[in-house]
Amino acid sequence: MLVVGELINTSRKNIKEAVEAKNAEYIQQIAKDQVEAGADYLDINCGTRVYDEEEIMAWLVDTVREVVQVPLCIDSPNPKALAVGLERAGDSTLMVNSISAEKERFEQVLPLVKKYNTKVVALCMDDAGIPETAEDRLRVSDQLIVDLLAADISQDQIYLDPLIKPLGVNNQFGVEVLDCVRTLSLRYPEIHFICGLSNISFGLPERKLLNRVFMVMNITAGMDGFILDPLDQSIMSMLGAAWTLIGKDDYCMNYLKGVRAGRIKA
Amino acid sequence: MTDFNRLSEAVISGDFRQAEVLTKQMVENKVDPLQIINEGLIAGMNVVAVRFKAGDMFVPEVMMSAKAMSTGVELVKPLVTESDITSAGKVVIGTVKGDMHDIGKNLVTMMLESVGFSVIDLGVDVKAETFIEAIKEHHPQIIGISALLTTTMLNMKDILDILKEEGLRDKVKVIIGGAPVTQEFCTQIGADGYADDAAEAADLCKRLVG
Repeated sequence: MLVVGELINTSRKNIKEAVEAKNAEYIQQIAKDQVEAGADYLDINCGTRVYDEEEIMAWLVDTVREVVQVPLCIDSPNPKALAVGLERAGDSTLMVNSISAEKERFEQVLPLVKKYNTKVVALCMDDAGIPETAEDRLRVSDQLIVDLLAADISQDQIYLDPLIKPLGVNNQFGVEVLDCVRTLSLRYPEIHFICGLSNISFGLPERKLLNRVFMVMNITAGMDGFILDPLDQSIMSMLGAAWTLIGKDDYCMNYLKGVRAGRIKA
Repeated sequence: MTDFNRLSEAVISGDFRQAEVLTKQMVENKVDPLQIINEGLIAGMNVVAVRFKAGDMFVPEVMMSAKAMSTGVELVKPLVTESDITSAGKVVIGTVKGDMHDIGKNLVTMMLESVGFSVIDLGVDVKAETFIEAIKEHHPQIIGISALLTTTMLNMKDILDILKEEGLRDKVKVIIGGAPVTQEFCTQIGADGYADDAAEAADLCKRLVG
C-alpha cells in the first residue's frame, strides 16, 4: 500500500497563503504532520501558480526536504516544473505525477521518468480526452501500459490512475473503475493502481462517507495506492483495516503497528 | 393546487412521467403553451436552481428535474414558434483548447437551459477561432469558457485577446469557470465574471443580461 499525502497543493487556501507569504515553517509543519500520520510519499503541487510554477516548485521541494526525508511525488502537468522538482528532490525513489497517453505529454514526461528512474502515475486519458465508456477506459489504459513497458518502464514503476468521475453524473462511474482495476490487475500482476478519491462524491452530500467506502471497494478490486489527506484519521484507519483484511499485511503487523501508534482506531 | 403548480412540483421532484402526463393534459385542455413552459416547467426549474445552490438538492436530482422539464418542453415545442419562447438570453459555451473535460461544462449548460437561456455548446478542445465564429454566427450576449487544468486555463486569456483584436470584446460578456479558476484569475485576465458552480453560473448570467 502506498499513501501519498495530498495536502501540499497551492489550490488549497492555507497552502496558497503560506506560499504567498513564503511561510516555510507552515509548509514544513504540514509535511511533518503528514509523515507522522502515515504518508509514504508527499505530493507537491503548485500548478495554480501558472506564472512562476517552476520557481515555487523549487522553493516547496527545498522547504519540505529540510524537515522530512520521505520521497516526494512531484505533481504537475507541466514537464518543466516536473524537471525542476525532480532535480531538487534528491536521492530517494521519487514519483512523477503524471504521464498520460496524450502524445505530447507522453513524449515530454517519459524522459524524466527514465532519467530519475521514478515511479510514475499514469493517467487513463489520451488525446481524445477521458474515456467515455468502460471499454474505452480499458483500451486506453491497456495501450498506455503497453507503451510504457515498451519504453523500458517496469510494471512495478507504473501506478495507473483510472481517473474517477462523479457518481452523481452517472451512477455507473464507480463500478466502471472497479472493473477496470480488476481486469488490468489480472492482466499485469506487477503494476500498481492509484487514485484520488474526492471526484467520486462530487455533487453529492456526505462526501467523506462515499470517499471512504469507495476506497475500501477499490482496495478489494486491486487498488494499492491513494492520494489522500492522511490527517483524516478515519480514512487512514479504514485503509489500515482494509489492507490487512485483504490479506496483504503479513501477520497483520502493519495493522497492529498502526493501532499501537494510535493511527488506526475504531 | 393549480395545474401549473402541479407541473412545477413534478419538475422539482424529478418525476418526468408525471411531468409528461400533466403537460399532455394541459395541451389537450388548450392551455397556452407558453404558460405551460414559463409558469409550469421553468418555474419548477427555478425552484430547483435555488435549492441546488442552497445545498438542499444534489446533482443527480437536478439532472432528473432537468429531464422532467425537457420532457415537457419537447411536448409543447411543436405548438409554438421558436421566437415566441422568451429566452432569458443566448450563451455560447465550450471548454478551452487542449482541454477535454466536459462534466462541469455540461452541468452549467443544463442549468442555464433550465432557467431559460438558449445555449450553443461548442464542446471540448475549442479553439479561440471557433468561439469567434460562433459569436459572429449566433450573436450571444455571453460566452462561457471552461478549463479544468492549470495549463489550459491560460488559453482563456488568448480568447479574450482575440476578441479584442476582432473588435468583439464589448459585444459579449465573458464568463469563466472550472476547478483551477478563481475570481482572482478572472480579474487578472479581464473576464466579466466567474462562478464557483453551475447554479452560481446561472445567477451570474442572469445578472449579466439583466
